[in-house]
Amino acid sequence: MDDRSTPLIDIRNLYVEYLTNRGPVRAVENVSFAVKSGEVFGLAGESACGKSTIAHAILRVLRPPAVITGGRILYKGVDVLGLERTSPEEYRNKVLGGVTRKGIGSSAELIERYRWAEVSMVFQSAMNSLNPVVKIVHQITDVLMRHLDIDRAEARRRAEELMEIVNIDKRRLEAYPHQLSGGMRQRIVIAIALALRPSLMIMDEPTTALDVVVQKDILQQIDQLKREYGFSILFITHDLSLMVEFSDRIAIMYAGEIVELAPANEILNNPLHPYTKGLLASFPSITGERVKMSGIPGAPPNLLNPPAGCRFRERCAEWTGVDIPRSPQLQEVIPDHFAACECKYGRADHA
Amino acid sequence: MPEAQMVGSSLEVRRPLLEVRHLVKRFPVGGLFGKKQLHAVTDVSFTLDRGEVVALVGESGSGKSTTARLIVRLYEPTSGEIIFDGKDILKTEPRKASLSFRGRVQMIFQDPFGSLSPNHSIGFQLERPIRIHKRARGEAAVRAKVYELLETAGLNPPEEMARKYPFELSGGQRQRVAIARALAVEPEIILADEPVSMLDVSIRMGVLNLMHRLKEERGIGFLYITHDLASARYLADRTLVMYAGHVVEAGESVDLMDNPQHPYTQLLLSAVPNPRAGLRTREVQARGEIPSLINPPPGCPFAPRCPRVMPQCRHTMPEVAQVGPDHWLRCHLFPPG
Repeated sequence: MDDRSTPLIDIRNLYVEYLTNRGPVRAVENVSFAVKSGEVFGLAGESACGKSTIAHAILRVLRPPAVITGGRILYKGVDVLGLERTSPEEYRNKVLGGVTRKGIGSSAELIERYRWAEVSMVFQSAMNSLNPVVKIVHQITDVLMRHLDIDRAEARRRAEELMEIVNIDKRRLEAYPHQLSGGMRQRIVIAIALALRPSLMIMDEPTTALDVVVQKDILQQIDQLKREYGFSILFITHDLSLMVEFSDRIAIMYAGEIVELAPANEILNNPLHPYTKGLLASFPSITGERVKMSGIPGAPPNLLNPPAGCRFRERCAEWTGVDIPRSPQLQEVIPDHFAACECKYGRADHA
Repeated sequence: MPEAQMVGSSLEVRRPLLEVRHLVKRFPVGGLFGKKQLHAVTDVSFTLDRGEVVALVGESGSGKSTTARLIVRLYEPTSGEIIFDGKDILKTEPRKASLSFRGRVQMIFQDPFGSLSPNHSIGFQLERPIRIHKRARGEAAVRAKVYELLETAGLNPPEEMARKYPFELSGGQRQRVAIARALAVEPEIILADEPVSMLDVSIRMGVLNLMHRLKEERGIGFLYITHDLASARYLADRTLVMYAGHVVEAGESVDLMDNPQHPYTQLLLSAVPNPRAGLRTREVQARGEIPSLINPPPGCPFAPRCPRVMPQCRHTMPEVAQVGPDHWLRCHLFPPG
């Protein structure tokens, strides 16, 4: 299961469109990346760049008008987008390593089992995703009892354990969400995401609504839990400094496409794509000389009618005037460091 | 315009244009007969002059937005003085801020989606303050002024932008409209409450740089309210750190952030994401969150979380201690004098 050569999740040429009255919005265009087991993989970009849409596609929670129009998502070698057609035997062998578990009697149950038990998610503004009229304890035990063959007493015992893991007094299980601070609620949401020991946790802006001190505290805790339990994290945020601090590898998205993919320190120290450089120039430093920073002029394109070729061209400081008729492709400019900028790095001739 | 020039001549006195002294705001909470009070702002004092950017930083609930709202009189202060151009406006304008004050002090809000009327064109929303404050007379002059404002705020071409409605603009463009609208009355001071925190990262710098340019070219003073210390360091000449309604440390921005003295400022700075330092290098020294502001106990509000707390911290609020030419704090580790 911890085979490091095969990725935990492998996204290949994913396309997602939102069908609107004014035409399809091409939210995700030909996106490919893989998350290794035990890795923190960061997906960075501005609002509406498609990062949350990818997360929802992985968890199979995209609803119309969003439609996956192409590509594959492989989780431990199983086709996530075709779970309905996967046999329980194949799932058991590839995903569970041959172990029989509750809720995989038929293909229809596989999706239920895959969500949360294999891949869980901490949603954006998760602190408001708890049910306001249900006690914390029931919100945790509901998840446990839905998925595991355990009784209420055992579920409660595990809920107490989870509270301990995220550093909250177990007496708080009897509280309602409004009686807890934002940071505590966020910790509880993380506890619920951890409840079934998933292999992949997707965290969509998990700390954006929190104050910096609480944010740092929670991220350090997640980091510790990750090392203890060995899950992978798909970390989504617009905050590039936070992302570099927290992730092993990072993909930078712009207008639905990945424009650069590299180890975190490479993104920080040797950014190749002009958009990445612009993003880095949008975060003033908390130390050192005060220098004027430019940010990036203009605004992202409307994805109802994206420009042909490079979608960043209008805002690009390094555009050479060369016309790129098709979308630039990611290519390995230096080992393990990919960028999609044909003005600077030419066009790779790969399939 | 003539009014603004008149004001300019009083510069010789070298008194800061805006001076806030011992500002206090308590909100009654807990029902009609409740005796509980929420201490939102306690004893806040600072000055803000023309051509100066002062940042008010702190976590949510620290009282920074309330402070700005007290200055523009969206809330009535419980006590304290707001001295503007030599006059205590709480006494000279006891019931509400006068038109003349509103013409000199403007505010920009965090949410550019909520602060513009969806039913009116951008041009209309800019004309209104110009007419109300009589900054231009006659159709043509007003129109010219609207175009000039749009250009100043970087909204081009102005003729086209004036015809648009808010829904046709991006978040960054809307915040520029909000700035243009504040500029329409030719203010001397703008209070900007988290003006970029709802904007996409790549366009934040554009708005911050616009504020910087207005400070440099027009001598506008800004009170920049933010939770983002790095942007305060970038933009502000001086920074005040607020915690639970109190200003706990203040100083020249770069000096303050490079040499923080108050344990809370140190904690706040250690939590700012720093890609070069990494997540694991600096452990968070204190956990917990801002305490309840309802009938708070005496003493320093940070005492319950402070890693260096001493007995006296729990019963008396420390006095102001000077630790540098323009750097002071309130902490028992630094006795005054």
